[in-house]
Amino acid sequence: MNINYFDFDFKPFNLMTPEDYAKVGFKSGLEVHQQLWTDKKLFCRCPAGHYSSNYNAEILRHMRPTLSELGEYDGTALMEFKTKKEIIYRINYDTVCTYEMDDTPPFMMNSNALDIAMEIAMLNNAHIVDEVHIARKQYLDGSIPTGFQRTAIVSVGGALPYKDKQINLIQMSIEEDSCREVSDVGHKRVYITDRLGMPLIETVTQPEMKTPQEVAEVNQIIRKMARSTGHVRTGMGAARQDVNVSVTGGTRIEIKGVSKITKIPLLTYNEAMRQWNLLKLRQELWNRGINAETFSAENADITKLMRKTRCFQISDAIAKGNRVRCVLLHGFKGLLRWQTQTDTYFSREISDRVRVIACLSTLPNIMHSDSMSESIPSSEWSIIKKSIGATENDTIVIVWGDERDSLTGANEIIIRAKEATIGIPSETRQALSDGTNGFERILPGPERMYPDTDLPPIKITQERYDKIKAGLPKSVWIRIKNYQDLGLSEKLSEEIAGSRFADTFEEVVYNLKVDPKYASFILIDFHKRLKKEKLNISVLSHEDYLDIFRNYQSGNILKEGVLHTIRKAMNLGKYSPDMLPKLCVDPELTQIINQAKAEFDRIKIRKPEFKTEILMGITMSKLRGKVKGQEILNLIKD
Amino acid sequence: MDEKELFKGYRGAALEALKQYNAYIWSDVELTTDESTFIGLILPRSEQQDEFHIVIKLRTGYNIGVRASKVRDIKINGRKEAHYKIPEKEFPYSPKMPRVMLFGTGGTIASRLDYRTGAVIPAFSPGELYGSVPELADICNLETVKLYGVFSENMGPEQWIGTAKAIAAEIEKGVDGIVIGHGTDTMHHTAAILSFMIQDSPVPIVMVGSQRSSDRPSSDAALNLIHSVKTAAESDIAEVMVCMFGPTSDMYGILHRGTRVRKMHSSYRSTFRTIGDIPLATVNNQSIKPLRSDYKKRRNDRNFKLVPYFDDNVAIVYYYPAMHPDIFDSLIERGYKGIVIAGTGLGHVNKPVYPALKRAQEAGVAVYMTVQTLWGYAQMYVYDTGRDLMELGVVPLANMLPEVAFMKLGWALGQTHELDKVKEIMLTPVAGEMTEREPSNGYLIFQGGIPEVEEFISTIKK
Repeated sequence: MNINYFDFDFKPFNLMTPEDYAKVGFKSGLEVHQQLWTDKKLFCRCPAGHYSSNYNAEILRHMRPTLSELGEYDGTALMEFKTKKEIIYRINYDTVCTYEMDDTPPFMMNSNALDIAMEIAMLNNAHIVDEVHIARKQYLDGSIPTGFQRTAIVSVGGALPYKDKQINLIQMSIEEDSCREVSDVGHKRVYITDRLGMPLIETVTQPEMKTPQEVAEVNQIIRKMARSTGHVRTGMGAARQDVNVSVTGGTRIEIKGVSKITKIPLLTYNEAMRQWNLLKLRQELWNRGINAETFSAENADITKLMRKTRCFQISDAIAKGNRVRCVLLHGFKGLLRWQTQTDTYFSREISDRVRVIACLSTLPNIMHSDSMSESIPSSEWSIIKKSIGATENDTIVIVWGDERDSLTGANEIIIRAKEATIGIPSETRQALSDGTNGFERILPGPERMYPDTDLPPIKITQERYDKIKAGLPKSVWIRIKNYQDLGLSEKLSEEIAGSRFADTFEEVVYNLKVDPKYASFILIDFHKRLKKEKLNISVLSHEDYLDIFRNYQSGNILKEGVLHTIRKAMNLGKYSPDMLPKLCVDPELTQIINQAKAEFDRIKIRKPEFKTEILMGITMSKLRGKVKGQEILNLIKD
Repeated sequence: MDEKELFKGYRGAALEALKQYNAYIWSDVELTTDESTFIGLILPRSEQQDEFHIVIKLRTGYNIGVRASKVRDIKINGRKEAHYKIPEKEFPYSPKMPRVMLFGTGGTIASRLDYRTGAVIPAFSPGELYGSVPELADICNLETVKLYGVFSENMGPEQWIGTAKAIAAEIEKGVDGIVIGHGTDTMHHTAAILSFMIQDSPVPIVMVGSQRSSDRPSSDAALNLIHSVKTAAESDIAEVMVCMFGPTSDMYGILHRGTRVRKMHSSYRSTFRTIGDIPLATVNNQSIKPLRSDYKKRRNDRNFKLVPYFDDNVAIVYYYPAMHPDIFDSLIERGYKGIVIAGTGLGHVNKPVYPALKRAQEAGVAVYMTVQTLWGYAQMYVYDTGRDLMELGVVPLANMLPEVAFMKLGWALGQTHELDKVKEIMLTPVAGEMTEREPSNGYLIFQGGIPEVEEFISTIKK
């Protein structure tokens, strides 16, 4: 395709229109990860959902690339091998057994988890596979001690309604979750293993979203659909997504592990901009006559030359016995200051690679001659330029580290610069808090998949299929319509339908005949408030809520009592029926009223016409939640 | 190619469906079912799996199984056969480096996937090893010979004798060290028999394997290979050793004496442990650190003894309470020549089997006693039971491990059937299989949960 990338410049985020995104050919797809609500992990019998940063022991491992079943090495695998990382796993006896440590083969897949995955697949109108084959997906970053993730396709296809169209799904898999990274400095990466092995599903959409906002909206829909089963986990880190973005002429880039949906629009905008600007950079390089064939670069050890540098980062490095290398990029003058993302330049693409692959993680890890604000004086630049034979049109990049890392770093600089003449390298990128993204690793291909030889395939029997189908909760769309029919607003209906309380709400409203507005207030609004108060809102079960509402509906407790009970259960971490406040009846009731009347008589009242209100105030403070207000009013008036 | 190869692993309904569309394995297809269309490669099917499903590798790399009865059409768009090839590079030769011979017998030290069974099968050559563990070239000039390709449970007298002879021939040719790749399940059996068959070797003989197959990124195979090759090339310990992970972490290997080592966990990396003594040394990629000095030293001569005999009419009887005597009687009737008992405690069995032991004695069957506690000595003089058993001709084997005693008895009976001579061979230590004393740190099994143990564990990498 012949596109002049200079014909369009990215506008600031809030000025971009759908037409602008159409112009650059914005395309995005999602891989939505959602932890399942099971008691135990996916391939062993460790308890699920217990997180703690405390650990009892540490294990040290390294990762080596292996061949896929098609006999090919995976690109990422080789990259990770270049980094030569020491990987430390922190082990807590309560959350991890010898399976997660990769010292025991897997146990058979948790069938409860597979049932939940099938349930969600059916809600997504997807086709459940006849035989589930467990695969190993290589991860050489160490995030899984085996070096691979056990994963299996549960369903293919399927679609979700979205506005006036539908979003098509590619597939859904069930897989074990990975470790949480604690730190990654130099050649040492530390992981905590508590989350490792948790069951999760990954729902993959077709790349059919055309604007950053659409990506976020579709993500919400997928998340709600899964949550409406009541069988998935919620809360920090329980749902995460990988977002794929490309523009016309660009490459499918995966932004990994985005946990907040609200971050997605800005992230995808920045990635689209990055690709567009890198394609523009390529055009500029071609205009300068630099392409993959004509590209040339050199690298040299300039440690001796820099002995007396006034740049403290470099002089410190030399003092520690490190080497300094410089890379000469012919014809690149000014291009390291080429903008890629918001306030981000091509030099960051290079710095990221050096950080990840050469393990030079202390920033800055490079300095270059295109930047005016760096700490190397111009006189020193002149000496370096002269020594390596640089002309006015060239750019010089300096990198430092031990013998091996500085050489790896210099080579990586050349590799990344050369890639700029070709296009957008296939990478996975990490989301950063400012809405930009950084290099994480080379995008792995299908070569990293190979069958798990430890576990046989699982046949999905008709009986199992039918049983799950029969117990399928209503689709979120039908629920929303039903709730609107009850007189609730569209927004509230969506909120209930997408929450784990959907089933509870329906039973409370349809069977116990509780007022829908009141039920939604308790289950949605009140719970939001409690969540803000940092209470654990997943303490009560469906049955617990039914018990409370049943008591409410039969008049055993009052509205206030409902709130009081739920809050108390969350505070204590558990519900029991004796938490329900007892109604106040005679003779205690009359006694309290009489006391209030006596108190009223003792105090001097300026406005006796407010007697009723004042008496109400005094009594309610003692009887709140135990007697209906109307009843007190009647007693006071007596 | 015959049909079996073209549709490898398929039978019944699945085979019929594939045949109908000429969809051979490795065909790149568009397969349509009642519900959906799948694009990918038809894979071979494991023969142990059922006959109703077809396996497809989707473009994403995932495999799924499709019920054959649902297939409505298969369109073939090409073919892509897998070639399991580890990038092979010629192992570099450097005149200054020691020469090490790696014998392969099978096991998972080097392996690849087998599609028929879905299992891991052994594979190896110097070029492949160099392609996957290039560090080896910094240690030695490596040569490899594949002696056998069997899982370790299938090793037997033929393989033991063959391996011993191959080692002997290599030593005579002047090799600097020998490494034997072996499955881990019976590695300690083979280590024991080689300790008896090759006596006074002038060079190290190192057995190695892996607990996590080398098709996994976290495999211990590469590190075990590096450690064992380094030991063979550089160490001055000229004994038969087992070289496997010390802790589960990628830190160091332990060199265990071939007659005192045992696999102690079904799957842990650090499964091998020296029993009733301390190991010979530790090894990492930098150095070999001896833990004791009483080992046999490397020599420049080529004087050693090859004793390659084995009679497999031998059995181990693992004693259990209320055992019936017919267990022994059946062995006697079947013509077994030797029985090693793994007895309880100090070496005991119950009274009802005494008559059978008497019959064994009369039939000229050699009966020896070891302890199923693994640690400690058979001391049959302590209790009456033991004394009665010795009266019946049962000979205690001190602290010889049951499996080692089994191997030694087969080896002794391979040389002679004269019971006195067998007894002399059995009671004369050859390679540390019996020791005069057990040091107190020869029995250290940390008990998890105990505060001081936990404190220790939390301060070191396991």
